[in-house]
Amino acid sequence: MPLRLVPRLAPSRLALYGAPLLAVAATVVFGYVLFLAIGRDPLTALHAYFIAPVNSRFGLSEWLLTALPLTLIGLGLAVGFRANVWNIGAEGQLLLGAIGGGAVALALWREGVPGTFLLVCIAGALAGMAWAAIPAFLRTRFNANEILTSLMLIYVADQLLGYLVHGALRNPQGFGFPESRLFSAEAIMPNLLSGTRLHVGWLLVPLAVLAMWFLMSRTVTGFRLQVSGEAAGAAAYAGFSQKRMVWLSFLLTGGLAGVVGAMEVAGPVGQLLPEISPGYGFAAIIVAFLGRLSPVGVLLAAHLLALILIGGENVQMLGVPVAVAQLFQGVLLVALLASDVLVRYRVVRLGRLGRGSA
Amino acid sequence: MDSATISEPRPATSGGAEAPPRLRVESVTKQYPGCLANDDVSLSVEGGEILALLGENGAGKSTLVKVMYGLVAPDAGTIFIDGREVAITSPAEARAAGIGIVFQHFSLFESLTVAENISLGLDNAADRRDLGRRIREIGARYGMALDPGRHVADLSVGERQQVEIVRCLLQDPAILIFDEPTSVLTPQAIEGLFDTLRRLRAEGRAVVFISHKLEEIRALCDRATVLRGGRVVGTVEVAATSVNDLARMMIGRDMPAFGSDHAGKPAGEALAVRNLSLSPADPHGTALDDLTLVARGGEILGIAGIAGNGQEELLAVLSGERPVADPGAVLLNGRQVGRLGPGARRRLGLGFVPGERLGRGAVPPMSLSENGFLTAHWRLPLARRGIISPRRRAAFADRVIDEFRVATRSRATAAQALSGGNLQRFIVGREILAGPSALIVAYPTWGVDVAAVAAIHAALVALRDAGAAVVVMSEDLDELLALSDRMAVLCRGRLSAPMRVRDCTPERLGLLMSGATPLETADAA
Amino acid sequence: MIDTALVLAILVSALRTATPLIFAALGELVVEKSGCVNLGVEGMMLVGAVAGFAIGLTTGNFALAFLVGALAGAALSLVYGVLVLFLMVNQYAAGLALTILGGGASAFWGQRWQGQNMRGLQPVEMPGLSQLPVVGSVFTRLDIMVYVALAAAALIAWALLRTRLGLVLRAVGENHDSAHALGFSVIRVRFAAIAFGGAMAGIGGAYLSCVITPLWIEGMTAGRGWIAVALVVFATWKPGRVVLGAWLFGLVSVMQIHGQGLGLAVPSHILAMLPYLVTILVLVLISRDATRIRLAAPGSLGKAFRPTA
Repeated sequence: MPLRLVPRLAPSRLALYGAPLLAVAATVVFGYVLFLAIGRDPLTALHAYFIAPVNSRFGLSEWLLTALPLTLIGLGLAVGFRANVWNIGAEGQLLLGAIGGGAVALALWREGVPGTFLLVCIAGALAGMAWAAIPAFLRTRFNANEILTSLMLIYVADQLLGYLVHGALRNPQGFGFPESRLFSAEAIMPNLLSGTRLHVGWLLVPLAVLAMWFLMSRTVTGFRLQVSGEAAGAAAYAGFSQKRMVWLSFLLTGGLAGVVGAMEVAGPVGQLLPEISPGYGFAAIIVAFLGRLSPVGVLLAAHLLALILIGGENVQMLGVPVAVAQLFQGVLLVALLASDVLVRYRVVRLGRLGRGSA
Repeated sequence: MDSATISEPRPATSGGAEAPPRLRVESVTKQYPGCLANDDVSLSVEGGEILALLGENGAGKSTLVKVMYGLVAPDAGTIFIDGREVAITSPAEARAAGIGIVFQHFSLFESLTVAENISLGLDNAADRRDLGRRIREIGARYGMALDPGRHVADLSVGERQQVEIVRCLLQDPAILIFDEPTSVLTPQAIEGLFDTLRRLRAEGRAVVFISHKLEEIRALCDRATVLRGGRVVGTVEVAATSVNDLARMMIGRDMPAFGSDHAGKPAGEALAVRNLSLSPADPHGTALDDLTLVARGGEILGIAGIAGNGQEELLAVLSGERPVADPGAVLLNGRQVGRLGPGARRRLGLGFVPGERLGRGAVPPMSLSENGFLTAHWRLPLARRGIISPRRRAAFADRVIDEFRVATRSRATAAQALSGGNLQRFIVGREILAGPSALIVAYPTWGVDVAAVAAIHAALVALRDAGAAVVVMSEDLDELLALSDRMAVLCRGRLSAPMRVRDCTPERLGLLMSGATPLETADAA
Repeated sequence: MIDTALVLAILVSALRTATPLIFAALGELVVEKSGCVNLGVEGMMLVGAVAGFAIGLTTGNFALAFLVGALAGAALSLVYGVLVLFLMVNQYAAGLALTILGGGASAFWGQRWQGQNMRGLQPVEMPGLSQLPVVGSVFTRLDIMVYVALAAAALIAWALLRTRLGLVLRAVGENHDSAHALGFSVIRVRFAAIAFGGAMAGIGGAYLSCVITPLWIEGMTAGRGWIAVALVVFATWKPGRVVLGAWLFGLVSVMQIHGQGLGLAVPSHILAMLPYLVTILVLVLISRDATRIRLAAPGSLGKAFRPTA
């Protein structure tokens, strides 16, 4: 092999920020080739994918609206991944948030209490945390792998939602369709920008980014989380409880995913449906990695992923399968992981070190 | 390339004939990024001879071994066997050329049996036939009794080494390389190994014995090639060279005089364990068996023993990483701390330098500032109400760097960028500047340069003289004898009663370490 | 008194439902024995499913369909292999990436097959077994791949314990540094194991789309890839137990279909949760004994290997 990886003594700053850009560039190139291969004009298609959807005031607001869940969940996941806690089940926690928030909205359907939407969000957060507590408990108490348990719980949550909208929470006047009644006006997230669907929940974005920055860079708890993730041996040696980190990571992400779920049903949708999320919980995993597990990085990455999701919808008009969005996500994540090697290693050509006589 | 013609060992070259040496290494150079590991290194060894390859940690011995075994491609250099140039680019080629090796860190597989382990090292299917019988035969011939069906996980360290040796001998190599084979053995096991090595020499094989222990080289070897900083300093006849001369060649000056000339009298009990029995957390671990330990303020208590006799378990109990059910089983300054974790014990005045520096004593990619904060924040006011004070954190790291002369560009440097010796200075300094009344130190100078060894020893002595209790755990008897006031031996999870150092002889310690002498444990009254 | 025909029908569906899990989990077992955790089984099954379906539909040749399914799974697994073995990427992250990539790629290329029907692989009559009293009819209702899966389990168990190849694989997974020091190519062994795992997952996926449904539906594996990963842990890395575990899951999964026949008054959504809940349950039961897992798991599992040179 002519090339060899040599570990760096300190991570490369340039590569740290350059690698995500490289990955994005690689994904765009992939898109170009893909569109060419399926007989679409690549530039038209790329324009339809990445530019056209956000080329208007409404488009921009939809972009922010899609980036909202990705940012919030991505921030939670970033904290967890920093602590080496692998919560892959944010999608399920989101669904439980939708169920919890939806149940409160439906329970208060007739009451007309002002500010019900706040209760809806709180209920969503609690429900998401409760769902996240299951893998946390199984991991800390029984040592069960949290990746597998949190993932299995997505499917359970999905069935639970299906069960409820087919049964207890179904709209009695809905002709048997599997959906709840429409929430009352008090339970709907107040609008933030007239003429758009952007709601006040978006205000959580800057708040959460700031809070996460403070947690990770200024608090002892944030420091402990990072030590746990970087070197479990050092964390044990320094007396940081691994279990507490697992709990913290899960509850934080569960709470954020739960709020997101509640805001989805109390926001643009306005009722409980069997399908709530276009895979926000999975896309947020990519957001966390692409954003280098840092708050501002997550914010930027969430907007890129939001663009990929929206664009996927938009290119359907060109007869491109909507699954192209998921394909792009996969390519982006693979490209990102591959370019990450530059952060930790230098690529050296054999012979530059001097092979002597050879 | 035909390198497989060397098959059977010849008798030692008799005088007169100008036969080439069995193995000759000519001008090997190997550059790693930032480090010239081997610089124009040459050596030769005859059949029927034991050659010592002598050098400090980091002198380039391991790199040279890897080159000779085909694990590392040198940038330049040639290897000759019986005068013919051979190209060795893989371990299989080295074995085919008649070179066998016994590694310092054994290349064994714990979950596999002895026979399976040995089979993995044999390249020819013919060699693997009837393996069990041949393992017993070879073992009997060289004085090693091995059961081919046992799992390696159940073997002692000495037995594991025998597996490596038998694996090597089954291929009937003309040249054997032993990489620091004695570092994990008891004095008695070392004698057994030396008998085996002498038999190999008598059969006319060429043996390369790698070590930094001068007495062993004096007792065993014919000639010694000394490496320092990647270069050959010289090759000498061992019988004609004094230990001091060897030492001077190895480290470039006289042996630094260690030793604590201790006069003060110890104060009260600072750290104690009382009659503790504990099953191991790790399935391959060792249970602690009615263990009692008392360290008094103003003394250094040395704990000797071979790895795997309960060291990890004892350290975890002392540091609080493994809390115990009985609060009174561990006492710190008279307080019952058995159920407390490491953080709470640190607040009460405990310090701990672990054996593993990167990944345990320090977080590799984090800065020295953060690594200082890692444990010091328990005892020093570096954070308030859970919020870190970056200024105080930086000031503490600077103090450690300054007072313990840690060579680093700044406190922002990552721990993993420091050399072993410098990082150890930082960790020891961090623990000492937190002001402990009892400090536990595990393997303080493992893989550390001579200057850092002296500095670390001096710091430990100064801490003792200031009245703290210091518990030093080490596998290096010389270090313990030089540093300790009292010593105890850990064997199979039991700790002997402490002895004054002047009553300790290597023989007595060796018998205790191997379990040949029943331990007299301390009275826990 | 439960009627015999129903019990036999349940048995047949359970054995068929278990088959893709057996293939995928055996593949993952070999990968993990070599020291790598590939969490991308779900993605590899999906590309195997779409590739197998496409070939089955267009050619009607199921041998070819399974072969192409295996190749598709193996091809995707190479992405994981390159990421993990050459670029030192975290194994969990690489596996997740594979799941997302495989899901996206299969959905993208599978759109044209979505909703198309075909006549799936047909059962064969097992000579001898089909003559057995009472249960004989079961062996007229199973296809050949059910038996191939069992043969594969036996073959892998034998190879791991009794062959040089198996010994080297176990050695690499147990301690990659030692294996490297003895001159074995850790990378090559792992690359081969990963490709094998991908091929087996691909076959499992193809079985879903060519036999069980037989349809292509986006995301049709519905977590089976993850259950396969869990099965390997549950089986404590033993092929025989993989088969037992898969049968258990097969039984639980078909409760949803046969629930009414059995007179179970449980809503179908709740029955559909069962396989996932049972997965969690068995994971908890097996993992609570940490010592047992640690002794059974390959020593280098999940650790990155970088040859020092």
